[in-house]
Amino acid sequence: MAQVRVTVDGVNYADDVEPRTLLVHYLRERLGKTGTLVGCDTSNCGACTVHLNGQSVKSCSVLAVQADGGEVLTIEGLARDGKLHPVQEAFNEHHALQCGYCTPGMIMQAVDLLGDNPDPDEREVREGIEGNLCRCTGYQNIVRAVQSAAQKMKPGATADAQTPASVAGGGN
Amino acid sequence: MTTTAEPTTTPSPEVGKARVRKEDARLITGRTRYTDAITPQGTLHVHVVRSPLAHAKILGVDKAEAAASPGVIGVYTATDLGVESVGLPCAWPITPDMKAPQRPLLASDTVHFAGEGVAVVVARSAAEARDAADLVDVDYEEMEPVLDMEAALAEGATLVHPDLGTNENATWVFDSGEAGTGGSVADAISAAEADPDSVVVKRRFRQQRLIPAFMEPRSCVVDPTGEQMVIYAATQIPHILRTMTTVTMGVPESKVRVIAPDVGGGFGGKIGVLPEEMLCVALAQKLRRPVKWTETRSESLLAAHHGRDQIQDITITAKRDGTVTGLDVHLLADMGAYLGLVGPGVPILGAFMFNAIYRIPALKFTCTNVFTTKTLTDAYRGAGRPEATFAIERIMDELAVELGRDPMELRQQNWIPHEEFPFTTVVGLTYDSGNYEQATDQAMATFDYAGLRREQEERRRNGDPVQLGIGISTFTEMCGLAPSRVLGSLSYGAGGWEAASVRMLATGKVEVITGASAHGQGHETAFSQIVADRLGVPFEDVEILHGDTQISPKGLDTYGSRSLAVGGPAITMAVDKVIAKAKKVAAHLLEAAEDDLEFANGSFTVRGTDKGKAIQEIAFATFMAHDLPEGMEPSLDADAVYDPENFSFPHGTHLAAVEIDTETGHVDLRKYVCVDDVGVVINPLIVEGQVHGGLAQGIAQALFEEANYDEQGTLVNGTFVDYTLPSAADLPSFDTAVVSTPATTNPLGVKGVGEAGTIASTPAIVNAVLDAVRQFGVTDIEMPTTSQRVWRAIQEAQGRATQETPVDTHSPGAGLGSIDPNNPQGEVQ
Repeated sequence: MAQVRVTVDGVNYADDVEPRTLLVHYLRERLGKTGTLVGCDTSNCGACTVHLNGQSVKSCSVLAVQADGGEVLTIEGLARDGKLHPVQEAFNEHHALQCGYCTPGMIMQAVDLLGDNPDPDEREVREGIEGNLCRCTGYQNIVRAVQSAAQKMKPGATADAQTPASVAGGGN
Repeated sequence: MTTTAEPTTTPSPEVGKARVRKEDARLITGRTRYTDAITPQGTLHVHVVRSPLAHAKILGVDKAEAAASPGVIGVYTATDLGVESVGLPCAWPITPDMKAPQRPLLASDTVHFAGEGVAVVVARSAAEARDAADLVDVDYEEMEPVLDMEAALAEGATLVHPDLGTNENATWVFDSGEAGTGGSVADAISAAEADPDSVVVKRRFRQQRLIPAFMEPRSCVVDPTGEQMVIYAATQIPHILRTMTTVTMGVPESKVRVIAPDVGGGFGGKIGVLPEEMLCVALAQKLRRPVKWTETRSESLLAAHHGRDQIQDITITAKRDGTVTGLDVHLLADMGAYLGLVGPGVPILGAFMFNAIYRIPALKFTCTNVFTTKTLTDAYRGAGRPEATFAIERIMDELAVELGRDPMELRQQNWIPHEEFPFTTVVGLTYDSGNYEQATDQAMATFDYAGLRREQEERRRNGDPVQLGIGISTFTEMCGLAPSRVLGSLSYGAGGWEAASVRMLATGKVEVITGASAHGQGHETAFSQIVADRLGVPFEDVEILHGDTQISPKGLDTYGSRSLAVGGPAITMAVDKVIAKAKKVAAHLLEAAEDDLEFANGSFTVRGTDKGKAIQEIAFATFMAHDLPEGMEPSLDADAVYDPENFSFPHGTHLAAVEIDTETGHVDLRKYVCVDDVGVVINPLIVEGQVHGGLAQGIAQALFEEANYDEQGTLVNGTFVDYTLPSAADLPSFDTAVVSTPATTNPLGVKGVGEAGTIASTPAIVNAVLDAVRQFGVTDIEMPTTSQRVWRAIQEAQGRATQETPVDTHSPGAGLGSIDPNNPQGEVQ
């Protein structure tokens, strides 16, 4: 067993884990963070994408012990103070998800992409998310959503972006 | 307590509004519940030991080392579990003499495909189960695999199931001459052969094997605690799974509850009754503990059912003036090693679509289903109709080439003009509505067909290394599976109706229960829009419940673009019953005759007065039940079941422009325009999303995806490295639009949109690829038309030798970036 100390979505955890435990399994099985999903075994699909110390990583390709001392952000911690992140909002507004299985990883990757490139053109968005597979949408609305979020996240963008919608409850 | 109705302000109708989806709130925040997230206290984990060989005798299974592995509860073969004689159901015996092998939960004596389960390991954690599975030592005696459909049918072929005496599952024939729905194809062919003013064009097309590749791997949890056994499953068909659990395992239907929680895509790939699901039932019964099975992606690619895989021999006859006179269709369809739930019927679903939008006077369809030692095939998005559409749209292009005609003009000459609807086709279906001219005119204008043809001419003239190809697909499909009597005539093992219930809650909210089972389509939003309009309640007040057989006890689930076309009318029927009951209460409370009441925007008003009652008030009064009409039950709730009279027939015109680098064979999809007629649109945002996703899957068949087996019968696409789904970088943005001629076959006027893009797009792309390179003498390129295949086709057509690449040494599907091992530097030889 190896010990891991890690902050996940703002909460500190200390756990003994088998050294071979993947970060994604630690998040899902130990912490109950089941919003982060597993879609493949080969780091192709990106469904498990989270941020580790501010960078997007495929959490199926990171050992839990590699996250020791680090800070992990998952889809469940992206909304802050009850406010959705502009990328989350844009995914809803532009119908950028259907079954939702690729969505957590896709959103986390898009947030990372916009951190690196705040105003990507269509090609840059497509290349920036090519490590995340979606089987439902054909990607077109995902690209729209990412570009729309980029506009809203620009400094001095519309008031809308500064007061994002509250995290919606079930059914609405 | 009569209140005055609010002054009528008519809310804008919900139907037709681009509502953002109500189901998204959970999905974008990770507040999801896919099956693998469900872990009742004490859950044990199951891992399946799978055969690495396609065809082998099992000489022995040594479980000792695995059983001693940490955390292991038990290692079981079919015999250990007492399930050797259990067979999984096939619900579609297409012919009375169809040959159907037993499909076991685990192979006992012989394995019939690589990936078939041989034993299961149950352990305290998923990782421990997986570790131990590697330690199960199975002794196999290898047998000859059966991989080629034509060889499998030849005399003396190795038999997949020797007890059946043949590798032929069934042969299903439809002949319009014999059915009396059209002429004789044999006559049409002999007449054309004898007539110098006619042509006969024969082609062979290959529908490669595909893998549905939903993003959520399959998973199930079976919890035997409590009075009803609960099966949580990543399935499209909770209701069918419940019934089939009874049929397969003998558990009384009343003791089984199936829940399909959030389901991460299906595309037909999750309509099976899985051996793993039934094994979990057996294990939960045996161990009296909850058990969970979640597959790895490799297991999914290997063992979840595949799709397509047909050889299509197509003969079309026509007058030299372009009039089509007959179509003969001969299919070989690869069933794989066993029959899936509806596997043998999938090609038959295409039988009625080969004539497509055309006035073809004679058609014969013959399909032989063949067993091989491969993963079984079953429904995949479109199921039969993409195959039919590909064949007819490809052969129409071939006919145009033969006759020297513009391919669109030839289609126009043969299609059913809009004034002839309703039109009864050569296979006896009645197309209720459509307007091929309208969709085509709009698509051609958006696409700039004439301009692109000019550019194409110019590039040809200049010998541009990048050539332009233009591809057309004018498709139709049959949606809304299905009228029960039609399914009966095809020997299908169920009806085609759908059920709904509406519950008026005391506080005015509305619960709508549907037997359709969404897995990404947006039913919650679209159905809420329909109910909001019909019942006059706010969109937000409607809650759509589905996917749990205790909440929604009746239903036939989601496939075949049926949810809206069949499930939608069931909902409106139930809503209408609620309104009829509420009207009685309203009349009583308002002291008016029912005939004097009007219902609009959720309120009953007495004609000519300002007296009224809102539906929510009536719901509350009914809940209180203090003052109801004499003899009336205190409930407004209602159930309905809708069985469609006919299918619906969406159609559309899809146009693709591809640029082909003739020096590398690289295909670049430059422009894709489609105009679809899906009838009345409930939510344009959702319709557009369905079209986009459908296009991506159809284009993937044309350009990227293929499941290949090597000569030992091993699947070589066992990961997403080798089975190449398109990424965002592989696809362009599409230019999509809809036109609408409302369906007359259902009260909502809707037609279905889930499969349209997939059905239409594949031939548009392949026609475009061939249109670009036909000038070099290329006559056909098998799908997927990867760089390597296109390049090779150009070289061969020009008489330059190329070296064949063995299928098992690289991934043909990865054509955009893959390296040819025989020619790693990509040199022209």
